Amino acid sequence: MKKDNVLEVKNLNVSFRTQQGILKAVRGVEFELRRGETLAIVGESGSGKSVTSRAIIGILAGNAIHDAGSIYYYSDDVKNLKKYQELRETGNANEGKGETPAIDLMTIPEEDFHKLRGTKISMIFQDPMSSLNPIMRVGKQITEALYLKMGVSKEEAKVRAIELMREVGIPEPEKRYTQYPFQFSGGMRQRIVIAIALANNAEILICDEPTTALDVTTQGQILETIQRLKVERNLSVIFITHDLGVVANIADRVAVMYAGKIVEIGTADEIFYNPKHPYTWALLSAMPDLEFDKEGQQLFVIPGTPPDLHFPPVGDAFAPRNHKYALDIDFVEQPPMFKISDTHFSATWLLHENAPKVEMPNVLKARIERSLKKEKEAGRK
Amino acid sequence: MTENRVKALEVKNLKQHFKVGSGKNKLVVKAVDDVSFDIYEGEVFGLVGESGCGKTTTGRTIIKLYDATDGEVYFKGARVGGGFETLKGNIKAAKKEAKEAILECKPFLKKQVEIKQKYKAERKLLKKEDAERKQELIEKERQELAELKADSEARPDQYQVDNEKIAKIEAKRDEFIAKQKDAIKGLKHDNAFKGETYEIMKKIQMIFQDPISSLNPRMTVREIIAEGLRISGVNDPDEIDRKVFEALDVVGLVPEHSFRYPHEFSGGQRQRIGIARALVVNPELLIADEPISALDVSIQAQIINLLKELQKKLNLTILFIAHDLSVVKFFSDRIAVMYFGKIVELAESETIFRHPMHPYTRSLLSAIPQPDPFYERRRKRFMYNPATAHNYTPDNQPSLIEVEPGHYVSASEEEAVRYRQEIKELEVKAAAKTKKE
Repeated sequence: MKKDNVLEVKNLNVSFRTQQGILKAVRGVEFELRRGETLAIVGESGSGKSVTSRAIIGILAGNAIHDAGSIYYYSDDVKNLKKYQELRETGNANEGKGETPAIDLMTIPEEDFHKLRGTKISMIFQDPMSSLNPIMRVGKQITEALYLKMGVSKEEAKVRAIELMREVGIPEPEKRYTQYPFQFSGGMRQRIVIAIALANNAEILICDEPTTALDVTTQGQILETIQRLKVERNLSVIFITHDLGVVANIADRVAVMYAGKIVEIGTADEIFYNPKHPYTWALLSAMPDLEFDKEGQQLFVIPGTPPDLHFPPVGDAFAPRNHKYALDIDFVEQPPMFKISDTHFSATWLLHENAPKVEMPNVLKARIERSLKKEKEAGRK
Repeated sequence: MTENRVKALEVKNLKQHFKVGSGKNKLVVKAVDDVSFDIYEGEVFGLVGESGCGKTTTGRTIIKLYDATDGEVYFKGARVGGGFETLKGNIKAAKKEAKEAILECKPFLKKQVEIKQKYKAERKLLKKEDAERKQELIEKERQELAELKADSEARPDQYQVDNEKIAKIEAKRDEFIAKQKDAIKGLKHDNAFKGETYEIMKKIQMIFQDPISSLNPRMTVREIIAEGLRISGVNDPDEIDRKVFEALDVVGLVPEHSFRYPHEFSGGQRQRIGIARALVVNPELLIADEPISALDVSIQAQIINLLKELQKKLNLTILFIAHDLSVVKFFSDRIAVMYFGKIVELAESETIFRHPMHPYTRSLLSAIPQPDPFYERRRKRFMYNPATAHNYTPDNQPSLIEVEPGHYVSASEEEAVRYRQEIKELEVKAAAKTKKE
């Protein structure tokens, strides 16, 4: 099983030096990313999902402190890195017996990171306008990545760039090649960003809310493009979003983050049909769906705001906002990850054997029952 | 059911065109093109569409952030705004028509013009090299004109000018133009923020999309909220305080917040300030322009619930502009779907989700992701291409047609027949399903 992992994040802790003191943005995040899967990270703004992904690609802000933890990247290309060779000389390298060699991304120097960033691990950002250079033709922006990293000639780079543009679904790429970003619509711009990210055949694609700034119809197109490319190129995708609908569409596995921690992780079906953490319940029931019965009903609201991570809470960070289900112990001790199935883990004391039995909110329960019933009907047909 | 309700806002054939570019690139962008709808009192009316379809422009034109190109807006029965492009066009057309009619009455002039036009057209066809031929034509023209003059002098009775008829035409034209000018004057009067219009317009307020850029960072919350009050003539500081605190209380903030600056608040709280600013002048119609798209999921639910609660408590009428259909469904009584400046479907929210008829509505509905993986795996997105979806011809143009009570679809006659048939089939199916259960 282990061989499939392309990325393993272990006990990652990242803080920021701010004027108010140390802000603990990520507090012990652990997950693994398998080859060819899509892992969605969900959470409110400020929950640390972007910081985690930026740590992976090594573009944290200057005031960031890496407190603890490691990010192992498994790939044969790791062997070319200077740091890896150094480690091998001292006999500390993680060569594995017949396994793919790995390296901790948090320890390698910037020089080594240059070889990985953009060629092995790529990222696309939320706002396609600000991630493209407004005064450079899009063709040049794509080819730039090609001859900087791959050392191909200008002519070849152009051919490949046009091929890429076609691959991400841009009509008439020859004509579009010489246009500027402002001549593209939002969805088309995001496609260009995807083309740049994939120019060097990256293995891992990190998507930081790529569709938040787009319309529903365009969003659908971009998601389909990412999904298609994922299958074609066997990409591993980390998809960061706060839209649970998008998650249901694209994710194989889902990690729910709150206040710098992963509170629940599991396959998409487990998270959506058998959620265990009160925060996941709250997130799911705060979203209106098309079958929502609006007569006299209110949307579920999560009271309060996320905690100030300058002063991280002692117990479960969600407890103060969790009036209905919080236990006394939640305010004293952080819950460990409880195992629900081989793939499904959740950090809540409610899963402890001594905890009182509680059920998820009725609204959510009804909704899940409804969709399971529908699925059954569809299956029968 | 909708018959006996009172109309709060009436929008009639509203058009908002923007002129962009200059010279060769000059272009008229028809952001809103002939949109009509009514909003009843105490109703939430959702306006949905993708970005660039003109939904925000519609909202902004109603509250007169833009000057309408054409059409009229009525609020509580009084006209509060409108455009006069049609009237101006009418004047132009009337002038042209009268000019032609007058020419008919002047036989000499008419013939002269005819000759001149004939030669002008012929000369136009010539190429630059044909200078000789051109000269020839000019000579010919002169000759003919001279002949005409001679003829007119020889038989003046044939060239009588019918002065009586001309006077009649001119009188008719002037009367018509005066009427149009009066109408324009009326519209201009209603458009101005003065007198009655001003008093009525105060009852329309707006909430903006971005809570960060819609609040002045250099004003305290109290100043922001009180600005509207002050402009409408409330100057007593105690009264301002009282009203500001009241508005803050309504949106779930406390009086202590009023002396802080916008940057000290979170996104959700900022949007609450925006709502308080709109509510402080006791509006009856609220135009909410995507008030939740810039917010986080958990905060979105808070703001939707707040708006819903306020709508019930204060009996507000809300024009809710959004692109998120599931939120719109949750919030609105009726929904209009816009596509490229036109309304393509308008119905009660339940109906629009039960029987979406216009292909664009269907494509929009099929694009909404739901928090349900099974559904997502089955979901198939339709594309809408106006060129292939309809077979419109010049004499088979679409218009808003009522296909079932309260459900309007932009369709041609032929399509409407089909839609009605489909609705019937869907109802039969739904009835059979409920029976089975």
